[in-house]
Amino acid sequence: MYPILVLSVTGLVTLFLGFLKSKKILLPASLLFVAIAFLSNFIDWNVPGLYFYDMLEASNLSILFGSIILLSAFLVMALSKGFLDDEHAHPAEYFAILQFSLVGAIMMTNFQNLIMLFVGVEILSVSMYILTGSDKRNIRGNEAALKYFLMGSFATGIMLFGMAMLYGANYTFNISDARILLLQPVTDVRPVFLYVGVTFLLIGLLFKVSAAPFHFWTPDVYEGAPTIFTTFMSTVVKTAGFAAIYRILEVSFSPLYNFWWVMIVTMAILSLFISNITAVSQNSFKRMLAFSSISHAGYMLLAVVGLNNKSGNSIVFYSLAYVLATISAFGVLMIVSKDRLIDGRPNENIAVLNGLSKKSPFLAAVLVISMLSLAGIPLTAGFWGKFYVFTDAASRGQIWVLVLAIMMSAVGIYYYFKPIIAAYMKEAEGENIRLSAFYKIILGLTTAGSILLGLFPDLIRELL
Amino acid sequence: MLALTLILIPLIGSLVLLLQSVARLKDSSISSSKNTALIASLATFAVAIYAFTTFSPQSTIGVKYSWMKDLNINFHISIDGISLLLVLLTAFLVPLIITSTFKYSYKNHASFYALILLAETALMGVFMARDIFLFYFFYEAALIPVYFIAAIWGGKNAPSITFKMFVYTIFGSLFMLVALVYLYMKGASADIDQLATTAKLLSPNAQNLLFWAFFIAFAIKMPVLPFHTWQPDAYTESPTPATMLLSGLLSKMGVYGLIRIMLPLAPVGVVNWGQFGMVLSVIGLIYGSVIAIQQNNIKRLITYSSFAHMGLMAAGVLSGNINGIQGALLQMVAHGVNAVGLFFIVKIIYDRTGTRDLTALGGITQKTPTLSIFFMIIMLGSVALPLTNGFVGEFLLLKGVYDKNAWLGGFAGLTIILGAVYMLRLMQRSMFGESNDITAKFKDVSGSEVAVLLPIAAVVLIMGLFPNAFLKITEPAVNSILEMMK
Repeated sequence: MYPILVLSVTGLVTLFLGFLKSKKILLPASLLFVAIAFLSNFIDWNVPGLYFYDMLEASNLSILFGSIILLSAFLVMALSKGFLDDEHAHPAEYFAILQFSLVGAIMMTNFQNLIMLFVGVEILSVSMYILTGSDKRNIRGNEAALKYFLMGSFATGIMLFGMAMLYGANYTFNISDARILLLQPVTDVRPVFLYVGVTFLLIGLLFKVSAAPFHFWTPDVYEGAPTIFTTFMSTVVKTAGFAAIYRILEVSFSPLYNFWWVMIVTMAILSLFISNITAVSQNSFKRMLAFSSISHAGYMLLAVVGLNNKSGNSIVFYSLAYVLATISAFGVLMIVSKDRLIDGRPNENIAVLNGLSKKSPFLAAVLVISMLSLAGIPLTAGFWGKFYVFTDAASRGQIWVLVLAIMMSAVGIYYYFKPIIAAYMKEAEGENIRLSAFYKIILGLTTAGSILLGLFPDLIRELL
Repeated sequence: MLALTLILIPLIGSLVLLLQSVARLKDSSISSSKNTALIASLATFAVAIYAFTTFSPQSTIGVKYSWMKDLNINFHISIDGISLLLVLLTAFLVPLIITSTFKYSYKNHASFYALILLAETALMGVFMARDIFLFYFFYEAALIPVYFIAAIWGGKNAPSITFKMFVYTIFGSLFMLVALVYLYMKGASADIDQLATTAKLLSPNAQNLLFWAFFIAFAIKMPVLPFHTWQPDAYTESPTPATMLLSGLLSKMGVYGLIRIMLPLAPVGVVNWGQFGMVLSVIGLIYGSVIAIQQNNIKRLITYSSFAHMGLMAAGVLSGNINGIQGALLQMVAHGVNAVGLFFIVKIIYDRTGTRDLTALGGITQKTPTLSIFFMIIMLGSVALPLTNGFVGEFLLLKGVYDKNAWLGGFAGLTIILGAVYMLRLMQRSMFGESNDITAKFKDVSGSEVAVLLPIAAVVLIMGLFPNAFLKITEPAVNSILEMMK
């Protein structure tokens, strides 16, 4: 709860810092602000309770989700060093917007009232529309921003419609009260608009996490947006989205499991199939990661399909594993593609990684670990992430879902190895890459995190 | 604690080397990398020997730490007779594989040796794990370093060929993962011994599916017909150390998995489908031998002979009787040692003549009596001549297969004849006859090469003379697995 207060204030402060002549202070100040928010998050640790007239709830699970969001925001901002330096950029505005968007993201993890969910989703989405189009001179960025905005606002509309329906059915926006109502024995048929409401609300949220068939915006937006904001989108927005989906289903709609699980399982399978099959033929690393992001939405939905008292734990672990690996991958891409321009844009093909092991062994190692983690190979956090969601899905007796998901992760191995093969087995072109110590520390942290969680997954599991 | 050190020593060695390679220390010369790797692997060997001398079947050596508390998954490793034998094999072969590289220099040497030690770490873990998910963890982890060694330091086509191997074997083990998760859900435990009791309660249908999931996973790893298509190219195209690791040790994970995982966890499935698996294995055995007879590329020839031997081992395990399993265990060690020796001799020949073509070779004996003596001993071990290491294992295997099904036993017996044909052909065409331009300047083996071949030749003879020393330690463990199957 506290990060919301902290970030609302610091976001404004950041805007004012923009008036200073030197822009140098902005990055360290923003990092400090996010770090403070991160620490303040733990004030509520083990003291669950409701805030603001039952609008928000603090629980250990929502604090963990919030921490993952703030941690990834911190890492992404740290990687932005040097990318917001050129004269056309407006770093103060971007850093302020990033902090405001975090407010929305955290609301999505701990809302107790559907109104707060809507406010959170909107704050996060509007910020993302702006950031997607932040590179004004890039025509693809403009296209992506418009596409994202149109489709996103449409999805939000549907979600809001769903909320109204739910209010009609339950006479309350409070999600715990709604559950109590749903648990009461049904004397008559339940109103149709209850089901419509659940469906529409879920559609709105599933759009945000880019689950198929609501994924069409993802590749274009990921590719068009500046890489730094793509990273932000694929980590922060996804984690917040899944926190919200899990929370609404677990706290409010779990009595309706038999109704919504069909929808969720269909989307999980669709996401896995569409994304993995399409990713195989991608040449652009960024587009490939966009499809990979869709596929990971599919895996995380498996944990929702097997909703039990451990699924929240599984989603937390999966999000963290995914966030660490994704930041490493995008970080490597940003550094490598920065000076390799094609038509004035950074070259983001997989071929840009050719011979990376000779140009920078460190970056190549970071890339390997992140790809192995995304592919779910043992020794890395990604393996246990997959393992937990698979056991969750299996715990409801859905072995066939498990078989399909495992086949798709075999397909995943195929495309996740393309960058590795490029980095280690192709000839190098271009000069060696000099890496500042700062990047080394950040990428070293994400990589070490992936391995550490791969060896000792209980570090996170035990927190809950 | 002893069991843990077997994992930790190579792990620490590999971490030291990895740090060296990432930090690019100025003073890290290639010889220091080699020595670090050799010392770590020899220390592991010393611990393994100590475990061997102090081993008694009654008191098992092992540790158990909680790994994932809420899921009841433990870091549980322990050494019984079967584990001990394979731990010994691993600890014995890895120093030899490292020594075999002493005459050559590999780029990024620190990472190269780090990966070899990492593979050893994972192999040790596989052979000692008593928790199904720990087993799976190490089983997959063993492949990754070997894949990188093969792909990065391999020949021109290595990236695509080794990638095929990687995807193929991972795909197979994912089936195993489904089966393991299913069993875990049913039994609410990840301990192999406890799950064995759960497995008995499952329906025959579920058991059959479990059998196939396990069999496909391990059959791809070994490999067994028809899952072998990745093997010939991968063995041929990989650099020799990777080929040695693959044929000497990684393929043994498949046989070990059959014994440790499949027999206790899918006993009814083995009864129902084991014969079918045996038929596949025996067909593969004959098929591999026939191709080996036709081969002129000596590395490919040994690859196919490897394939044939693995087929016999699979058939022996699937027979599900004590002779078959005991024979497979002994043959795993024998074949591991022999394969490493043979692939090394191929490397020596290729290095001095620049060719692996059997028709271009000949008369090497006149130049190198020492090499041909070693070659002869290892070759005889491979064709299972009495008093060499191959004999007892192969005899027991054939007995096991024969007891299960006399016809299959008869066909499997062809391996002795066919094996002799291709191995003697290899020996005769390469070593004997007149020397030609290519082989005229063949230098005799020396130094580190002798240091590799001598222990291997010695083990070939020692195991042939005293097989009981090995059979004795595995027998109680095999009996307890057979007990679990009842």
